[in-house]
This record gives sequence, C-alpha cells and structure tokens, in this order.
Amino acid sequence: MTEATPAQRRFAIFLVFCVTLVNAGAQVLIKNGANALGHPTLLATGLAILTTPQLFLGYSLYALSMVLLVVALRHGELSAVYPVIALTFVWVTILSAAVFGDKMNAAKLAGIALICGGVAALGAGSGQQK
Amino acid sequence: MLYVFAAGFIGSFGAAFLKAAAGRLRGGLASLATNWHLLAGIALYALSSVFFVRGMTEGELSVLYPMVALGYLWTILWSRIFFHEPLTWGKAGGLALIFAGLAFLGLGRAPG
Repeated sequence: MTEATPAQRRFAIFLVFCVTLVNAGAQVLIKNGANALGHPTLLATGLAILTTPQLFLGYSLYALSMVLLVVALRHGELSAVYPVIALTFVWVTILSAAVFGDKMNAAKLAGIALICGGVAALGAGSGQQK
Repeated sequence: MLYVFAAGFIGSFGAAFLKAAAGRLRGGLASLATNWHLLAGIALYALSSVFFVRGMTEGELSVLYPMVALGYLWTILWSRIFFHEPLTWGKAGGLALIFAGLAFLGLGRAPG
C-alpha cells in the first residue's frame, strides 16, 4: 500500500467519527437489551443476540460501523484511528441523559471535554506529515 | 470487570486484523470472502462483543470505561509492533487525554 496523504488520513479520522455515532446507537440498544437478560451464561448471551430484536438491531449497527472502520483503516493509521472510538462514550453519555434520563454532572462533563481534547490531538497529529 | 478487560484485549487483536485486512482489500465479493485477515478480525470482534455484553450485565456501563480504555493501549502497542506506526506526541497525548476522560466519565457514573 502506498503512503497515505494527510488528506486521506484526515478523511480516515472523519470516517471513524461516523463509526462512533453509529456505534453509540448500537451500544444504547445493546445496553437496553442486555439489561433485560439478567445474568445469563456466555452461550445464552450469544443466543440472545440472535433472538432479541433490540440486541439484533444493535449488533447490525455494530456490523455497519465495522464496515466503516475497515474503510477508515485503509488509509488511516491504526494507532491514530482506533482510540477515536472513545468518542462513542461521549455520545453514549449524552444519549443516556437524553433517553434514559441519566443525570449530567461535573465529572461527566470533564470526561467529555477530555475525550474531545484527546480526539482532537489524535486528529491533528494524523494530518501532519511525518 | 474481567469480562470487559478480556473484551478489550480480544478487541484490540480484532482491530489489528481489520487493519491488516484493510491493506489487502481488493474489489469483488469473492476476494472479501477469502480475505482471512478480515474474517479473523470480524470473528475476534464478535467474540469480544459477547464478552462485552456479558461484562455489562455485571456492572454499571460507565464504571467499566477505564477497562475499555486499556484496549486502546493494546492497539497502540500492536500498531507499533506489526505495522511500524510511529508513536508521536500527538498520539500519546491524545491517548492520555482519552484515558483521563474515560476515568472521569466512570467517576461521574459511579453511584453516590
């Protein structure tokens, strides 16, 4: 594979940004579905993924996000692209507040700010020429 | 918590295989089906997800966040070893911020 240009690397970071949005939706569905399961064995968990609509939809979105991730990895560096997935947790925290009525607090806001800063640092580093 | 730790570790290998697969992507469905790096990456990801769901039934989603962040650390390690990607200050700083951010999110979600 030829060396990726800075523009291609930036596009890779943008694609992972999309991955995190799709992934966050998947996680909320999966968390919701997992809550209903109780404490199953590993095998029962695997079966539940196929038979519970929420879990199935959640994992379908996961699959979609994986396709986007592979495309992003074509030109992006793994070490720069993969940690951006942490943005998922920012969306999940915001979605949890919006959907499940979880309360926001200073620690969560600090966490969101730190993760955004970290992703910005990774993104800025990616655009640079080595 | 151990389930989530395992999920992060397995998932980091999944990511490494996906990266290896991405570099070998050619057009056509037949080549996708025979791209064993891709299949291995997807299988590892699926396995890691099963562990993740299992782990999440045990505890508060956000308390487990710092465990997940360890997965990114493994991934940076594999990136250096297998793909010879340079570890820049931007990456190290970004990762440190993300790590701290996940710890804060975990704190924010902890009961009490």
